[in-house]
Amino acid sequence: MSQNVELDKVVMRFGEFTAVKGISLEIKGGEFFSFLGPSGCGKTTILKLISGFLDPTEGEVRIGGTSMRGIGANKRPTAMIFQNLALFPLMSVADNIAFGLEVRGVGKAERRKRADELLDLIALPGQGDKMPTELSGGQRQRVAIARALAVEPQVLLLDEPLSALDLKLRQHMRAELRDIQKRTGVTFIYITHDQGEALTMSDRVAVMSQGTLQQVATPQELYDEPATAFAAGFVGENNRFAGTISAIDGGFAVVDTPAGALKARNHLGLAAGASAIVCVRPERLRLSGTGSENGFIARLKSRSFEGSFLNLMAEGPSGELMVQVTNDGALPAFDPAGALPLGFHATDAVIVPAEAGHA
Amino acid sequence: MRHGNPLLAWLTRGYIGLFFLYLFLPLIIMSAATFNDSRLPTVTPWNGTTLRWFGELFADGSMWNALFTSITIGLGVIVICVPTGTAAALLLASLNKKARTFAYALMVSPLLTPGVIIGISTLIFWNRYFHLTGGILMTMLAQSSYIIAYVMLMVGARLQRFDGTLEEAALDLGASHWQVFRRVLMPFLRPSLIAAAFIAFLQSFENYNTTLFVRGLDTPLTVFIASRVRTGVTPAVNALGLILILITVALAMAYEVNRRRKLAATAAAPAG
Amino acid sequence: MRDLYRRFGGGLTTLMVALVVFWIIMLVVLPQLLMIDFSFRPNLPPSKIGGPDDVHSWANYATLFRNQVHLTIFFKTIWASSLVTFITLIVCYPMAYYLAQVAKPQRTAQMLLLLVIPFWINEILRTFAWWIIFAYAGPLNGLLTALGILDQPFRWMSGNGVVIVGMVYAYILFMVFPIYNALESLDRNQIDAARDLGSGWLRVHRRIAIPHAKPGIATGCIMTFMLAAGSYAVPALLGSPGSRWFTEIIYNWFFEGGNWNQGAAYAMILLLLCLFFILLMMKLFRVGLADIAK
Repeated sequence: MSQNVELDKVVMRFGEFTAVKGISLEIKGGEFFSFLGPSGCGKTTILKLISGFLDPTEGEVRIGGTSMRGIGANKRPTAMIFQNLALFPLMSVADNIAFGLEVRGVGKAERRKRADELLDLIALPGQGDKMPTELSGGQRQRVAIARALAVEPQVLLLDEPLSALDLKLRQHMRAELRDIQKRTGVTFIYITHDQGEALTMSDRVAVMSQGTLQQVATPQELYDEPATAFAAGFVGENNRFAGTISAIDGGFAVVDTPAGALKARNHLGLAAGASAIVCVRPERLRLSGTGSENGFIARLKSRSFEGSFLNLMAEGPSGELMVQVTNDGALPAFDPAGALPLGFHATDAVIVPAEAGHA
Repeated sequence: MRHGNPLLAWLTRGYIGLFFLYLFLPLIIMSAATFNDSRLPTVTPWNGTTLRWFGELFADGSMWNALFTSITIGLGVIVICVPTGTAAALLLASLNKKARTFAYALMVSPLLTPGVIIGISTLIFWNRYFHLTGGILMTMLAQSSYIIAYVMLMVGARLQRFDGTLEEAALDLGASHWQVFRRVLMPFLRPSLIAAAFIAFLQSFENYNTTLFVRGLDTPLTVFIASRVRTGVTPAVNALGLILILITVALAMAYEVNRRRKLAATAAAPAG
Repeated sequence: MRDLYRRFGGGLTTLMVALVVFWIIMLVVLPQLLMIDFSFRPNLPPSKIGGPDDVHSWANYATLFRNQVHLTIFFKTIWASSLVTFITLIVCYPMAYYLAQVAKPQRTAQMLLLLVIPFWINEILRTFAWWIIFAYAGPLNGLLTALGILDQPFRWMSGNGVVIVGMVYAYILFMVFPIYNALESLDRNQIDAARDLGSGWLRVHRRIAIPHAKPGIATGCIMTFMLAAGSYAVPALLGSPGSRWFTEIIYNWFFEGGNWNQGAAYAMILLLLCLFFILLMMKLFRVGLADIAK
């Protein structure tokens, strides 16, 4: 009961402004797929292009292999969860859920039956006669999902639906959304600027910036093998060392940086002479004596104790650095103004190309 | 006043009292004259209390005709103004800022035009190009030209608080444009539509200056009352006035009760 | 427009645009334009319309300036309407201020309702109420003679004074509500701050409340002046042949003189007068059209 969604060289222009700059990708049927990016990156425009509130300036959106050009939002096999939920305030919860069936001409008794089934699915049995305003934030959230599922969509589109909830509820709803997706098997397309949401729920994530696709990958690939400097910086924290590739060594490369020649994985196969950035996650930086692999000296600036780990902020040869040290019961004493010898294994770092015009 | 100057407080109270006395005394005198057993509508001298002017009023066929004419015009005005004013409010909201400013100025201009001018221009235009003579239909058109603006303002005020994503949500769930309009937008606008219909009828019912030029041979209630006052008035007109005042007061009360009930309901609703 | 189409589809959008176009074009713009055209043409029998005599000229406008009686009435209408506007402003400002800043919200709501009731009653009936009061054998004369202030009843309805009183009464709420709306948004703290700084009662109004109420005052004055200058009901009921109003002359051109062209020219003059007053107020109070028509 789910179909794939294809974007084929999709371009969307609003007057002078180009919101989406030629994006092609395929979202598989039954997949939980997220678009992740900062506000203004074009991810909401993509959602509107799929749902039918916008038609692309160029290119094509296909659902289940059928072109959607000229097909309005009300004729597409998609259903959307709006950021503000957009529950109809003057209709009861059951009427809200059954609205899609009502406009399809389904009889009253049948509508009520479906609404009750869906209320069971979202764990709100017997609440159909309440008004949306009588529900809590999390309950309203679930009603919006039930309303979208009632029309048995092939694809469910979610526009940052958790952003209005408080932290605890948000984490709970992540698990619930994931669970509903697994049970129904519907393709979920999720829009968010919150990397935590994208990483925990998704099968695959598309990272977007300024209308372009930076990387499409599983959460773990995204974290461990970022394809661009933007993806490396936007998903999780990363320490960067910019420089020029001086040597290639199998799957590794050496980059000449202010911190010295650093060796890291060359998973993208960059050539010697290219401007590149070595990215090392804070938890992969190690406190080490001098002379170890990829070693350099930084200066400790501050530290913050987080319980299970310790964050060190340091000034390195090529800018600020963050080091995360696991609290294994044997934390060394730090000299507050002293030298901090750091290093990392070549397998723990990756090399991405430097982007023009970006720091 | 709050600042505790007793003279100022006393002056304020006196002024407020006089203001409301000024507002209501004429209406009270007019109402009281209904019950005076005198050929002329007055309260001095009091010739004895009577209800006979109500009888005379109800027996007055031309009054009933005038009332019927006014109600017909009022209903016609509702039929023209509520849909058109609503359409104007929706159209206005969808225009870009520059076009909206211009359209808005054009749309509210009838409210800043003297009523007699609206009557005259309607009379000339519809008579010259459509050979329409003055009468009920032309009166509806003339009154509508400015009452639509009232409806537009009232509906527009509520429209500003409308959440457009509700329409998108309905469309997304498969509703046709007509279903979106009927099931989502209209229920939201309903209170303002009812209020606008009410105001439109009231404006039409009490209009005199515009109506005078376009009524032709038909006589709406305002024209009827004015001509009675000028040519031999009896307290039957007061009886009519009293009835209209009582209806008005009853409506105002109903409005107030409804408002308080809603206020109480909002206060009782759970937060969040 | 495209937004409308996207929201409501072709059919509804067409219907809505058609309704609005009908209103603006057929009920507002074209009638006004034709009235202007009419005012520049001579009054001709139907057979000669469109003939060689049917040419534009200022003749209908010149009539006003050649007719001493009409000209006097025109200027009387201007100053009397200005007077009505001024009196109404003086009477209403304290009430609007009281409602917006002094009274407690609950009391304000009650008083607003009380104010609205006369507003909902016919202008004709409200004027008729004053007709009863001012009648020769009416309560005012009764009271004044009983108190010995008058020896014999006075014929009130023979001058402009009664018309002005009637108009102030008829249009008072068009002044109260705009000023109230403007003053309602004035932060009470501003007034307290000014008083705290030692400002007197008058200065609070002159420097804080009145400047804040400007758009409301402008709106109220425009509405009142427009209604007064364009009033037919009040002078027709409370006036006498000796205190005619400009609108009554216009009416006579149409329905007694049978000269619509002449009437249209007079109507245009009235319209221009109101337009001039609106522009004057906008300039005087430095407010825009959007502030006025709220």
